[in-house]
Amino acid sequence: MIGRLRIPLARLGHNFIEGIWRIGVMARFFTLVIASSGTSFERFRLVMREVYYSGVLSLIIIVVSGLFVGMVLGLQAFQTLQIYGATESIGVVVSLSLVRELGPVVSGLLFASRAGSAITAEIGLMKTTEQLTAMDMMAVSPMARVIAPRFWAGIISMPLLAALFSAMGVFGGYLVGVVLIGVDNGAFWSQMQAAVDWRYDVVNGVVKSCVFGIAVAVISTFEGYDAPPTAEGVSRATTRTVVTSALVILALDLMLTAFMLRGGD
Amino acid sequence: MERKTIDLWFGAFVAAGFAALLVLALKVGNLGQERATQTYLVEARFDNIGGLKVRGPVRSAGVLVGRVNEIHFDNERFQASVTLAIDKRYAFPKDTTASILTSGLLGETYIGLEAGGDSKPLAAGDRIQITQSAVVLEKLISQLLFGKAQEEPAKK
Repeated sequence: MIGRLRIPLARLGHNFIEGIWRIGVMARFFTLVIASSGTSFERFRLVMREVYYSGVLSLIIIVVSGLFVGMVLGLQAFQTLQIYGATESIGVVVSLSLVRELGPVVSGLLFASRAGSAITAEIGLMKTTEQLTAMDMMAVSPMARVIAPRFWAGIISMPLLAALFSAMGVFGGYLVGVVLIGVDNGAFWSQMQAAVDWRYDVVNGVVKSCVFGIAVAVISTFEGYDAPPTAEGVSRATTRTVVTSALVILALDLMLTAFMLRGGD
Repeated sequence: MERKTIDLWFGAFVAAGFAALLVLALKVGNLGQERATQTYLVEARFDNIGGLKVRGPVRSAGVLVGRVNEIHFDNERFQASVTLAIDKRYAFPKDTTASILTSGLLGETYIGLEAGGDSKPLAAGDRIQITQSAVVLEKLISQLLFGKAQEEPAKK
């Protein structure tokens, strides 16, 4: 019995210890990135270029999914609110769920799969083709020249994308609620404004998206930098970026929500 | 400095992001509506505040005139002590009545102010003397049922 279980048990233990190792290495990597960020701000164009690739090029997917998520939320909310004769509250349901939760979380997931995976693949391939080593030979720090700009670009892009996602979602809810179903325009906006608090809802959503931005940026750059220099290694690292980012975003969201709700009344 | 297309894209992206934030703050949220107004604080004691919350509305004649600033339990009088932040633009007589009301059967709880006839206005730090507690629906229903049950035998 024990004999048959030995190998799976050993593998489980190995994976667990490997995970602990990776957390430690990732923390060291994180401080190293922060320490070598000086160049990113001296030559801000490096960061701008990465913001273009990870932020601007993600705009279409963010804007379109935001619009559709808002429209679906509007339809679903209408279905239920109709029973209680409270269809004017569509705006409240759509805006609160977008600003508090869906905006940061869904745009975080999209950002991880659209931009995070690309960052990992790029850095991983640069490592595989020994471009990073070559840079090091030329006394150009790959940390400062390659990793840090991508890291900061992720942190800059993510809150902006989440805000765009939420705004587009509210617009989608408006399209379904007011234009399609015919809820009163004034009641739609005034109930929404009465329910959404600037400090408590909007700022907390922005804080969430900043945290998710940091998480995705660290994970995607680290996985790329740490990828085994083979085709298979890069492909695995890319997969791991998406999976780890998604899990970390959801876990962080739970923790942040618990903290933020406690702060309320 | 030479211009590159990437500058334009970066600028447009950041501008769009901040525009979205602005929309969320002003159109979706309540920033700009009640931020600029100055308030004065008035206290009121209630036997029961029902479902009243901090930041809940204070209305007079149905118009929003302030917000609930603080709620705490007065351990000496065993009453709830509620601090109201009332908009400086509105002055109320000293003998104003404060009552805890509910908008609709299941709606939010708010404080309703009803002006009295005193010529002196409420000043900051004053206490509203005449208050009316929340109506607890369960109590009302149980009283009604109890009353009905007592009536029943008399009919026979």
